[in-house]
Amino acid sequence: MRRGTAAERVIPAPLVASSRQRRLLAGDRIFQGLALASAILILLIAAIFMVALFLPALPAIRRFGLGFFVTRTWDPVRQIFGALPALYGTLVTSAIGIVIAFPIGLGAALFLAEEARLGFLRGPLSFAVELLAGIPSVVIGLWAFFILTPLMRDNVDPFLRQTLGFLPLFQGTANGYGYLTAGVVLAIMVLPIMVALSRDVIRAVPRALREASLALGATKAETIWSVILPYARVGITGAVLLSLGRALGETIAVTMVIGNRPVIAASLFSSGYTLPSVLANEFTEAVGPLYQGSLFYLGLVLVLITIAVNVLARVLVWRFSGSEPASL
Amino acid sequence: MSRLLTRVLLDRFVSALIVLSVMLAAIPVLVLLLFVLIKGLPGMLAPGFFTSPPHPVGVPGGGVFNAIIGTLEIVGIGSLLAVPFGTLVGIFLSEYGRNRIGDTVRFVSDVLTGLPSIAFGIFGYTVLVATLHHFSAVSASVALAVLMLPVVLRATETALVLVPQSMREAGLALGAPRWRVTIEVIVPAALGGIVTGALLAMARAAGETAPLLFTALGNDFTQVDPLQPMGALALTVFKNALLPYSDLQDQAWAAALLLVLMVAVTNILARVYVRRIQR
Repeated sequence: MRRGTAAERVIPAPLVASSRQRRLLAGDRIFQGLALASAILILLIAAIFMVALFLPALPAIRRFGLGFFVTRTWDPVRQIFGALPALYGTLVTSAIGIVIAFPIGLGAALFLAEEARLGFLRGPLSFAVELLAGIPSVVIGLWAFFILTPLMRDNVDPFLRQTLGFLPLFQGTANGYGYLTAGVVLAIMVLPIMVALSRDVIRAVPRALREASLALGATKAETIWSVILPYARVGITGAVLLSLGRALGETIAVTMVIGNRPVIAASLFSSGYTLPSVLANEFTEAVGPLYQGSLFYLGLVLVLITIAVNVLARVLVWRFSGSEPASL
Repeated sequence: MSRLLTRVLLDRFVSALIVLSVMLAAIPVLVLLLFVLIKGLPGMLAPGFFTSPPHPVGVPGGGVFNAIIGTLEIVGIGSLLAVPFGTLVGIFLSEYGRNRIGDTVRFVSDVLTGLPSIAFGIFGYTVLVATLHHFSAVSASVALAVLMLPVVLRATETALVLVPQSMREAGLALGAPRWRVTIEVIVPAALGGIVTGALLAMARAAGETAPLLFTALGNDFTQVDPLQPMGALALTVFKNALLPYSDLQDQAWAAALLLVLMVAVTNILARVYVRRIQR
């Protein structure tokens, strides 16, 4: 080994790694490799996930093609399968859910973010909404099946028929199981998401805007209407879409109250079907590749719709707040 | 002056609407929990509820021992798969993930979060049930593990990112390699967030029914072999509720109460743990 200058002897050359240093670097490389491998593995799992949804649907895709979406028949006996009743039921129930949950959720979010009076209610409300988010959907379904269904049949549905019966939406007999009850259940289930996300979006409205509006003499209500809501509009749209994504895919609770009949009816009192409830109801008894394939086809459609809605929602929320929305 | 009056009245009216919506948001929760408590408690206190498997229809007594074991085992195996793996992916995202791979993983994990829970059941069915030709608890565990993954990994990433950069630099300045700094400094500092994420994921998995329908399938006998069909509390609630026997329906309420309690306790544990870590 060459004897260097005094300085070279004191400061070791950093690039000449001792065996110990090499070991340390190898450890780093192994650890980083492991972390990278796990990240790639999750991408692989997601890919397998999509393939696992797509491949078994192939028999039905080949047989029915895009006509699947406009066929009104779902008849396992004659082996004719169409997604229209389930698609219709999914859209109708989700729409009812959002229509009910949107004003209530927005009001509750405004209370949490804006209202200074009755501040003692803020803690309990946040707690209640969080609690609701944590209740398993089968428990909500159980409650809806035994408590909500008779209530709808005996009180809510007759009342709607009397007052709004001139609309085709509220005609016909009601047994409590159907679109409307499922919609109410979905409203309860998406409320936590709606409240939490809208609250965050409203809180992100710059304080200066609020104060400027109030300083100009606007009342609180006017400030909300003409300053806060316009500013938060995009973010609130995102919150509605994320709620919609949740409502579209909700399975168990809806299956318990929708009535599970592959029909299309204008009346909201009518029984129906939704994409996930067909799967939950018929999957284990489906025999033959075509029947099973049709169920997988429904599942694939459901997944593609929810992905589209979720991605759109996240882009909106992200563009508005400049940060990722909380994963719910 | 009357214009001012209308404006003030309108303001009051909007405030009233807001308070009304608060009540409408809070009431369903209270009503729901009250019903589950009132209708579930008698069944839960009945002898044999915790210790005996279901009896045949018409034979009094019987419990949900099979379902309790099933839920614990299915969620347990699922957590063993999802928590270490998800934590490692979370470490990747926070420590090495400021690049395209990291962004892709984040996007994919967000997409997974938004998927309907029944999709995970289909996944478990195609990947494990159809290939092994019979229903099994382990296929349910795998389905739940994929459902839990995004929750675990995003919680881990969030917790790790919050650890101050100076702690990383201090560790590296002492001569420790990066992997030891990560494992011995960064992860312990973020443990509260990681554990909370894992517990929340478990709570969510324990309450899921749809992924179990065509994976674990359900089983009225006590089964511990993960390769066989297995019962679970959520399945008991779903199936018993739809049966026309009042004693089985009572059992559904009791099982629902137990499920809610399990989920609530896990949630509370997560919170308490965070508070203890933070102190």
